[in-house]
Parts: sequence; structure tokens; C-alpha cells
Amino acid sequence: MKVIDPHIHMISRTTDDYLKMAVSGIHTVAEPAFWAGFDRGSAASFRDYFNQLTKVEPARAARFGVRHYCWIGLNSKESEDLALADEVLSFVPEFLDRPTVLGIGEVGLNKNSHNEIAVLERHLEIAVARDEMILIHTPHLEDKLKGTRIIMDMIKSEPRISPQRVLIDHAEEHTIGEIKDNGFWFGMTLYPNSKGSPERAIDAVEIFGTDRLCINSSADWSVSDPLSTLKCANEMRRRGHPEHAIEQVFFENPKHFLGQCPKFRVG
Amino acid sequence: MNGPYRPMRANDILDLYFIENRSRILDIASFLDRIDRYEGAEEAKADYRYQAFARIVKLLSEPTGNRTKAIQVALSDPTTEPLASAAGLKAWGAWNGDQQ
Repeated sequence: MKVIDPHIHMISRTTDDYLKMAVSGIHTVAEPAFWAGFDRGSAASFRDYFNQLTKVEPARAARFGVRHYCWIGLNSKESEDLALADEVLSFVPEFLDRPTVLGIGEVGLNKNSHNEIAVLERHLEIAVARDEMILIHTPHLEDKLKGTRIIMDMIKSEPRISPQRVLIDHAEEHTIGEIKDNGFWFGMTLYPNSKGSPERAIDAVEIFGTDRLCINSSADWSVSDPLSTLKCANEMRRRGHPEHAIEQVFFENPKHFLGQCPKFRVG
Repeated sequence: MNGPYRPMRANDILDLYFIENRSRILDIASFLDRIDRYEGAEEAKADYRYQAFARIVKLLSEPTGNRTKAIQVALSDPTTEPLASAAGLKAWGAWNGDQQ
């Protein structure tokens, strides 16, 4: 089967992973800009990172027949320093113009602080000014419910942003209902130990339906699995769901959401 | 799965998932026993995370309904006001009142 992984941090993965993904049916990926596992020391470090995402990684992926797209923005874990945020946000627009950049992301909140909110507001302003799609990172663990609600209130207060062009990621059982009710797309992340399992993700499919849902691996530098979308698809299959529904969740849905950006083509 | 789509029944779910979830419950019991066994158990059991864990384990025995969502909510920060600063803070998995 063919699968699109709409959220994976390939710069942290090996070429062996690209090969495994390609031969397993994952031929299209999207990589949001995020935290590197450590706080970067300067805005110049972000410029290098954005160059890696927009030039180096698409070329590395292409060697394995994988189309690599990305999202650009300042992640919420490094948004507490407003002076750094000013510098980084000043050059975000030049990267948004690049041919494989789908929009602004992953931006959002981490601990739900005033500064994080201020930086997210700046990103939303850029999105409105440029009519960009948005990929939202929601906080982890005990901060998720509160942060998701703050983020949705911020976006809903800007009528020029269509919820249909916003995906709110890392949704879980206590946030999915409110995200769907507000008209947004939602992402579920398969991440061993700290986020969702394939079993819980398919439970959510059964409870909330297949509409406006994208399932991703978010595989990165920590304990994670770049083939987890395929394993989740197999979980759906072993419960007896029909192939067309599996294809809807793991291929057609991400194709539909990401395809709202005219730069996007499926590999 | 071969053949046409056939919705599973609850007994099919029991057959498919019983053994692995039996193992998971034993892992949880073993985790709690391990805390009891180690030096400093009383201090660990007074920790807000242990207290939260004890509360959510009880939610497993609710008769029906949204146990998963109830556990997620029970572990969440219920407040609505932004934090003054996120500097040096991380998520721990359970809300610690106002003691960030």
C-alpha cells in the first residue's frame, strides 16, 4: 500500500530509514521545523536548519525516490526568548517562498506561557499576510488540553484563517472532539512511550471517523519509528476495516490536506 | 485480512488483545511493587505523580464509557491562564497544581 507520512523529522534519520520507507510504500513525507533536542545558540543556527530542510533534505530524499516537503517556523520550545524569536521570524518569509515549503509549522505552544503565545501570534500574522497553511504543535502531556484550547481560541479569533487549512497535531482522546467541532484538521502521532499507540489511534478512527484526520510517525532523534504509519495501517487492517478506509486515512487524507498547498505533489 | 469487510464483535476484541493487555497490567503492578521495594518508597508515594497514578488506576475500574479520556483529563492542567514564563520548565506527565 502507499502511505504519506505528513509529519516526520527526516534530518534525524539515516539513509537506511529512507530506503526502508521507500521499499515499504512511503514515497511522500512532510517535515515540520522543530526543536533539535537542544536549544540552538543563535538565529544563524536556525537559518542553517531552514536551509537543510529546504535544500539538503529534499535532495537526500530524492536519491531514494521519496518526495520531501517541509514546514517552516520557530518551534514553541525555543519561543521563550523574544529577542531570538524576532531575529528568526525576520527571515522566515524568505524560506516560505522556497518550492518545497508547504506553510508555517510546526508552531504552537509548549508550556502555554505568555511569550510562547506572543510568538504564535506573530506566526499567525505572517500566515494571514501570506495566505499560508498552518501546522500546529500542541503541548505534550499535562499541558496539552489547556494549550490546545488556547491555540484554537487564538486561531478562531482571526477570521481570515480558515480552519480547513490548519492541522492541529499531536491530538489525543481528550482534545480530538473539540478540534473536530471547531472545523480543524487533526493529527495523531504514533510515538512509543510518550504519545499514541497504533491501537489507540485506530480506536480514535472508530470513535471519531476518518474525516479530517492525518496519522503520522513524528519520527525524530528520540525513540520513534519511521514505519509506524504502516504498522498503524496494519492495525486497522487486522481489525477488519476495509482497504478503502485504510487508504483514506493513510493516503487520501494527507494528500487532501497537504494538497491545499499548490506546491504539493504526491510521489 | 483476507475476504470481505466483517465488523469485529467484542469477543473478537477480547481474543485479539487479552494476552498483551494482561501483560500491561502486570507491568503496572510490577512498577508499583518496585516503588514499594526500594528505599525511599514513602517519599516517592507522596510525590504528585504517584498520587495522580493512584487516582487514574481507579478510573480503570469504571463500569463503562470514556475511561481513556477521563484519565487524560485527570492528568491535565485544568487552568486557563497562561504561565508567566516557560523558562526551565518541562512536562512531567501529571499536573502538579500551581507548583510548576
